[in-house]
Amino acid sequence: MSAGSDAAAVDLSVEIAGVVFPTPVMTASGCAAAGRELAPFLDVAGLGAVVTKSVLLDARSGRPTPRMVETPSGMLNSIGLQGPGIDAFLAHDLPWLVQRGARAVVSIAGGSLGEYAELGRRVGSSPGVAAVEVNISCPNVEERGLVFACDPFQAGRAVGAARRGIPREVPVLAKLSPDVTDIVSVAKSVLEAGATGLSLVNTTLGLALDPHTLRPVLAGVTGGLSGPAIRPVALRCVWQVHAAMPEVPIVGIGGIRTGLDALEFLAAGATAVQVGTVTFHDPSAPERVAHELRAELATRGICSPRDVVGVAHREPG
Amino acid sequence: MTGDGAYRPLQVRGRVLSNERVGAYHHLTLVAPGIAERTRPGAFVALAVGGDETSMLLRRSFSAYRARESGVYGGTVEVVLAVHGRGTAWLAGLRPRDELDVVGPLGRPFTLPKEPVPCVLVGGGYGSAPLFSLAERLRERGCAVHMVLGAASQQLLFGVLEARRSAQSVEISTDDGSMGVRGVVTDLLPAVLDRTGGAVVYACGPMGMLGAVAGVAADHGAWSQCAVEEQMACGVGVCMTCVLPVRGDDSEVRMVRSCTEGPVFRGDRVLWDAVGTVPAGTVGAPASTAPR
Repeated sequence: MSAGSDAAAVDLSVEIAGVVFPTPVMTASGCAAAGRELAPFLDVAGLGAVVTKSVLLDARSGRPTPRMVETPSGMLNSIGLQGPGIDAFLAHDLPWLVQRGARAVVSIAGGSLGEYAELGRRVGSSPGVAAVEVNISCPNVEERGLVFACDPFQAGRAVGAARRGIPREVPVLAKLSPDVTDIVSVAKSVLEAGATGLSLVNTTLGLALDPHTLRPVLAGVTGGLSGPAIRPVALRCVWQVHAAMPEVPIVGIGGIRTGLDALEFLAAGATAVQVGTVTFHDPSAPERVAHELRAELATRGICSPRDVVGVAHREPG
Repeated sequence: MTGDGAYRPLQVRGRVLSNERVGAYHHLTLVAPGIAERTRPGAFVALAVGGDETSMLLRRSFSAYRARESGVYGGTVEVVLAVHGRGTAWLAGLRPRDELDVVGPLGRPFTLPKEPVPCVLVGGGYGSAPLFSLAERLRERGCAVHMVLGAASQQLLFGVLEARRSAQSVEISTDDGSMGVRGVVTDLLPAVLDRTGGAVVYACGPMGMLGAVAGVAADHGAWSQCAVEEQMACGVGVCMTCVLPVRGDDSEVRMVRSCTEGPVFRGDRVLWDAVGTVPAGTVGAPASTAPR
């Protein structure tokens, strides 16, 4: 295909371990609920996938308010994984997505290895799950509240526990935190534990003070920073992991706002991307980014997003 | 309300028709095709601020002041805003023909009484904005409409003249006594309810005022419908930041979203004193966690 081709000639579909996604652009966990609220603004079936808000075993009320604060080109959130629990999710939310023909990537989160194992079994035995994303940025109650994702060993144990109950044909994506010294070693650990691919990255921990009281704004004190403010950090993580393990499927996440942003993540080594915080700004963003990515590829005479994965690592010429 | 049926907010490119200063506030009129036709009193719109390359990602949500189905330029939605920060300052600086992204109508509007009963509408500051279109709807149903407006000072009242035109009686309070009675709306409300036989109280304003109004209404055996002003990031139900503790039909307390389950709540269902906390016993609350 020559430069400046027809956008209609671009096939946006991508594949992660045998599962085909019609576009590489998914929603990000925690930024799309379970898809229903975005239905007035986009076609959920047309998205690469809807990655649902992390579900826990039991219902969770979440933290007190204020739960969010706007920061330059981003926001901090401290929601505390409010949700209905796995029973209500499987009864109401998953069937809604499946009935509409959306690909459901179910994000699970636990406070212990036992919870990850149980959630893996419950979700793994549910029909219509395209993939499972394991959110390991949670405190481990059995290890003094240390976050699983911050320790390669515990990260691997959590992912391994979830993986055991999930059928082989269902890809398992481990969602990693950028708040680590060496993200490649965490990536290796979760892949050895059975992860199919990696979702890079979760929010990075931040703090905002109230200008009048000089006290933390968030009831939870610290919060996860997301949005375009963290895009270079996320892109760096994708780059580092792809450089170390070019064969591993990566889903790039962090401040993606436009098709060009998405293209950068593909070039750095991602097979697919997720649009998160920008959905709060523009509820149709996950669909728009896919359209823009198609145009970006067409302009460059590229037929498929598969052809640009990792090209940033190649020497020019 | 979040199903696929009747409730379908739109996302449109809005255009500023006018932007006028009214006392301490700004009255922004937007041509927003399709949104006006669907907007009922109590519903809100979520506006993107700062333009296409903005560093301000979160939408700013405002109750609809008025919605007109068709004018020369198409349907318009009007909002009233106060400048609190950079986002609202940007909105205040918009000029006719400027464009911005508008999502709406959002949220559950005020519920109207089935019978033509007397209603008392209570507004704090520019929280009075959604009450005027509500008054119109109530009058159409044969309800007597009375209004109580309050603010810190005369300058911070909104719509006093319009209230005098649209309500059978209007009472006013200001903290500093610069207009009406020195005090707060709940100093006036009991007598207004006694005098009018008000069966339903509608209120919009700061959280503290809403809790007090709901309490007075309950003491007088009146229903109350309160439109809350919680901080929202998205306005459409995906961010989970605008929650407050509300008792459901099953008498369980849940942290519910004010954007999708609200912004209008029955006053007797919100745990006003616990707003900002997760009260013990809330569905999903940790057994031993005290609110921080």
